[in-house]
Amino acid sequence: MHDGGTRIPILKLGHLLLVTIQVDMHDRMALTLQEDLTDRIVETGARGVLIDISGLEIVDSFIGRMLADLAAMARVLDATTVVVGMRPAVAITLVELGLELPGVRTALTVERGMELLPGPSEIEAAGTQEDRDPGD
Amino acid sequence: MDKDTSHVEAVLRADRAQLLEAWMTAQLEAVTTRPDLLSGGELRVESDRFLAAFAAAVAEDDAGGDIDGPAWLDVRELLDDLSRTRATRGFTPTETAMFVYSLKQPLFARLQEALADRPAELGPTLWVTTVLLDRLGLFTTEAYLRTREDVIRRQQDELIELSTPVVKLWEGVVALPLIGTLDSARTQVVMESLLERIVETDSTIAIIDITGVPTVDTLVAQHLLRTVAAARLMGADCIISGIRPQIAQTIVHLGLDLSEVTTKASLSDAVIVALARTGFEIRRRAAAPS
Repeated sequence: MHDGGTRIPILKLGHLLLVTIQVDMHDRMALTLQEDLTDRIVETGARGVLIDISGLEIVDSFIGRMLADLAAMARVLDATTVVVGMRPAVAITLVELGLELPGVRTALTVERGMELLPGPSEIEAAGTQEDRDPGD
Repeated sequence: MDKDTSHVEAVLRADRAQLLEAWMTAQLEAVTTRPDLLSGGELRVESDRFLAAFAAAVAEDDAGGDIDGPAWLDVRELLDDLSRTRATRGFTPTETAMFVYSLKQPLFARLQEALADRPAELGPTLWVTTVLLDRLGLFTTEAYLRTREDVIRRQQDELIELSTPVVKLWEGVVALPLIGTLDSARTQVVMESLLERIVETDSTIAIIDITGVPTVDTLVAQHLLRTVAAARLMGADCIISGIRPQIAQTIVHLGLDLSEVTTKASLSDAVIVALARTGFEIRRRAAAPS
């Protein structure tokens, strides 16, 4: 799935796709990720995308916009995007840059992010749906 | 040592005791004296020490009255100390500087007596002396201000620390009771501590209570919205509570848009909403068993 060390791996978890960004991204990587992710969404018919950016320590306006773009692209393909694990410093930087990522859902952890995404309709994702949303 | 200060040095050496008396009288008679803050005895000790240091500095000085030079180190330390204690005791800057300026009159009188037969030298001597004392007076004012600034800075730091407690209200719910005006520096601290607590406590809801914020203007609202946006990026929803009637009116008059944020009039309403969202409810226990 991921060829070469410069690509961000995209993992399929049942009906979800999980993108884990564990290194500081440079611009080329970001563009490759956009292509890869849209390809994978179409290929797998995924309904939800989790982008874990807990490893990201430095963001600039380009990466911020890239995140918003990723979410917008996924939405066009009928998949909901949740950005999870943003660090406080990153959040403050993005707000200072005026990139408040409107329309992107966010969560503190991958687990919380999964709760936000549409439940598995026909695909198995055992263990995640039993204890979902105790308030509903 | 140049010729102009030699007379000053001579007067200080010969007449120090009388000069001290005259200076004490001048200081105690002046309107700027503060017997309530500083006793006459203390003032006498300070004055005597200053005269001694001043005399030594004038004798040593060969840089032509440069009070930043090494010869004036003792005088500077003494005045620094004096300004510091006076600033903390509640003297005004004028009252502090008058300590030095009140020396002029008695010193000039002594110089006039000493140079009665050489009027040509009196002018330059007076000029040099007055320049020296002016500089020393300004030095006390600067030292005074430094002390005051230290106090202000320390209070500011304390205020920032005091005013940003982020408390955990319930599992997954943190609250930030804001007190005082929000400026940019404070917003930064508030934002950081809120976001860090959100991570620590694994919270999904943050309540920002602005009961203690006296006024909300466009800038404060902008700071609030930025905090809300940053918390949202971390995956936590914000509820703003404690909006007083006047503040609600101001917000609307200023045309501020808070529609993106859940707002509640009181903290207890916000708590109920937060608990409902996390799946809890508060209920009164059934009546005591019969």
